[in-house]
Amino acid sequence: MEMTTTGRINFGTDWTYAPAPETAKVAIAPRYDLFINGNFVPPVKGKYFDTINPANEKKLSQVGDASAEDVDKAVKAARSAYEKTWSKMAPAERSKYIYRIARVLQERAREFAIVESMDGGKPIRESRDVDIPLAAAHFFYYAGWADKLDYAFPGRSARPLGVAGQIIPWNFPLLMAAWKIAPALACGNTVVLKPAETTPLTAMKLAEVIRDADLPPGVVNIVTGAGETGAAIVNHPGIDKIAFTGSTEVGKIIQRALSTSKKKFTLELGGKAANIIFDDATIDQAVEGIVNGIFFNQGHVCCAGSRLLVQEGVYETVIRKLQDRMQTLIVGDPLDKNTDIGAINSKAQLDKVHQYLKIGQEEGAQLWQTGCEIPSTGYFCRPSLFLNASQSHRITQEEIFGPVLAIQTFRTPAEAIEKANNTPYGLSGGVWTDKGSKIFKITSKLRAGVIWANTYNKFDPSSPFGGYKESGVGREGGLHGLAPYVQLN
Amino acid sequence: MKHRVAGRIPSEAETARLPVLKTYKIFIGGKFPRTESGRYYLLNDVHTGQALANICLCSRKDFRDAVISAREAQAAWASRTAYNRAQILYRIAEMLEGRQTQFVKEVIQQGYTPAAARTEAAVSVDRLLYYAGWADKYQQIFSSVNPIASSHFNFSVCEPTGVVSILCPPRSALVGLISTIAPSICGGNAVIALAPRDLPLCAVTLAEVLATSDLPGGVVNLLTGERPELLEYFANHMDVNAVIYCGDDAKDMATIRSKASLNVKRAVVYDREDWLSADAQGPYFILDTQEVKTTWHPIGV
Repeated sequence: MEMTTTGRINFGTDWTYAPAPETAKVAIAPRYDLFINGNFVPPVKGKYFDTINPANEKKLSQVGDASAEDVDKAVKAARSAYEKTWSKMAPAERSKYIYRIARVLQERAREFAIVESMDGGKPIRESRDVDIPLAAAHFFYYAGWADKLDYAFPGRSARPLGVAGQIIPWNFPLLMAAWKIAPALACGNTVVLKPAETTPLTAMKLAEVIRDADLPPGVVNIVTGAGETGAAIVNHPGIDKIAFTGSTEVGKIIQRALSTSKKKFTLELGGKAANIIFDDATIDQAVEGIVNGIFFNQGHVCCAGSRLLVQEGVYETVIRKLQDRMQTLIVGDPLDKNTDIGAINSKAQLDKVHQYLKIGQEEGAQLWQTGCEIPSTGYFCRPSLFLNASQSHRITQEEIFGPVLAIQTFRTPAEAIEKANNTPYGLSGGVWTDKGSKIFKITSKLRAGVIWANTYNKFDPSSPFGGYKESGVGREGGLHGLAPYVQLN
Repeated sequence: MKHRVAGRIPSEAETARLPVLKTYKIFIGGKFPRTESGRYYLLNDVHTGQALANICLCSRKDFRDAVISAREAQAAWASRTAYNRAQILYRIAEMLEGRQTQFVKEVIQQGYTPAAARTEAAVSVDRLLYYAGWADKYQQIFSSVNPIASSHFNFSVCEPTGVVSILCPPRSALVGLISTIAPSICGGNAVIALAPRDLPLCAVTLAEVLATSDLPGGVVNLLTGERPELLEYFANHMDVNAVIYCGDDAKDMATIRSKASLNVKRAVVYDREDWLSADAQGPYFILDTQEVKTTWHPIGV
């Protein structure tokens, strides 16, 4: 092994892996129609748009561009299914249908993982080990709730709301569809779901699963499109509940749009989580947590640990170990099983990340990137961090949604809490220390909905997820994730 | 000048001495200022038509001052033990009980029948007691330990949403105030409440109760004034985390919900008219200004 003059590994020459691409062939149709009332139907206006592979910029397929008329058809199908079948069905039977979806997803997991990585750019390691299994687990978890809702709300009885309009983002396409559909169905609602325009394919494959699971027509409808399709869902008078996951900016627009409506809503919005490293933390584990916190899914994670707060005593050690660890990250082909960081989801998102890299430097923070090779085609970004970020910098305040970490230091626990909470967001946070009492103190002071202590970016269907402040309203997952889909008597 | 501001109507036996009249103030940060604006509106006795009080016509600035006080007080209030919050709520009930006569009298002056006034005051005390009891119990009902499928311990607990602005029920003299304020502070929030325009006396007297109940200053701030003037500010202030609107005016509700979107405020609407009945209380009122926090930790050696 060739060592550099500093005695550290030369990652440019020593750190190479043989390619290990996922080679299974998956069927992707040249075109996907809208899934309405149990059938795949062309959009009324006959318009389609392309979905591309962000790792090579090649077209994968095209999907229907749903207009307001298509959304109307979907809502009517959902309403009819709600009134005629789904709300009248014995809850135990509803439960069985949802279990079926979970099982088929498990059976087709490998195919789903590959399509997810091709359409969205995330490494196959993550789609295979996180996205798809968790999506199936979500259906499994909520399937079992369908006939047990009487135990979920002490002193009250729960009734479904009706038709749920659900709009999901591109960072976890299938998983977000599962987060939305599973609790809605378990509580007796029917669904009109819109996947993100850059990642529609696993949602359309989920439509196949739902059809094959023999769900009554109209219980789940999936319409593809961009912002206008989403607006048609938000503004449709036949919808009783809106569930949105996406940016805080759009979330506020939706909340305002619903101000004259009786629709209930839940919003899962942006974040700018602080990952706090105390000087008594186990540094090597903390470094793994920092890396997982910000580079998981290319940093396209609303709960990403995008701000690093390091106690001054261990600052130099943490930064040295972090930079060493980052040098080992493999950026490239999402379908390669060795890949740690895949493709940025879209050209627009890559441009946004680059813009923030520029802003950070102009503001006076010190940019550092790894020296890895990145493919010449496709949308890729080197793992990046900013040293000497200040609290007022835009890279510290604004959600970048990419592999960019803003680093600050602190001296006392009070200063860490102050800095961590000094943000309009409140989705998540991380705390690293070996002292139990400190964990309880700090985690209870952080104003955020999900706190990871000595770990980061863990998810589970039984665990509620959602934000304080401008990171959203309501919870998804767990017992608490039922409440947004029922009315209580 | 015919109009004479009086806290109450002197009885015949008392006419021998001139009563000392009460100045009705507002309540911010544990102190009793008048409105910074210097403005007031006249409240008359509904039965006699006689002037009762020059009520503060609060301004946007008063509201903003109250938000600052609430924010300063909130974290410390939330850090009190649930047991301590329960005791303080119980103490408020005790103080209210001791002032029954005064509250009943004020409620009558504002138009209630004596029987209705007695019910109003009695239910208010009982409701405070009810939420005093919940302060150290709702967490056990609504928190969870989650059976996650990995080697972590993970639990979800309720925490206060933060600073809550409340537009109190417009046609309830006391029980509406109590029924909206008590669940919020029971859950560790700090509040700014706007008393009903035409029934403001009990809010001011309630402030005197709160000030003598060991409730830290700033946890409850009580303002009087015109709802149409202040409604927008209650909803659009960027350092308020939740707004509770009591009423059924479609335009007001739209304003509240629309302005709340500026900082993703939780907007809670209670359109009920009846705040006396048993279903006007319950732990789900507490949940309306609670967040759920989930904390993870690995299991290992």
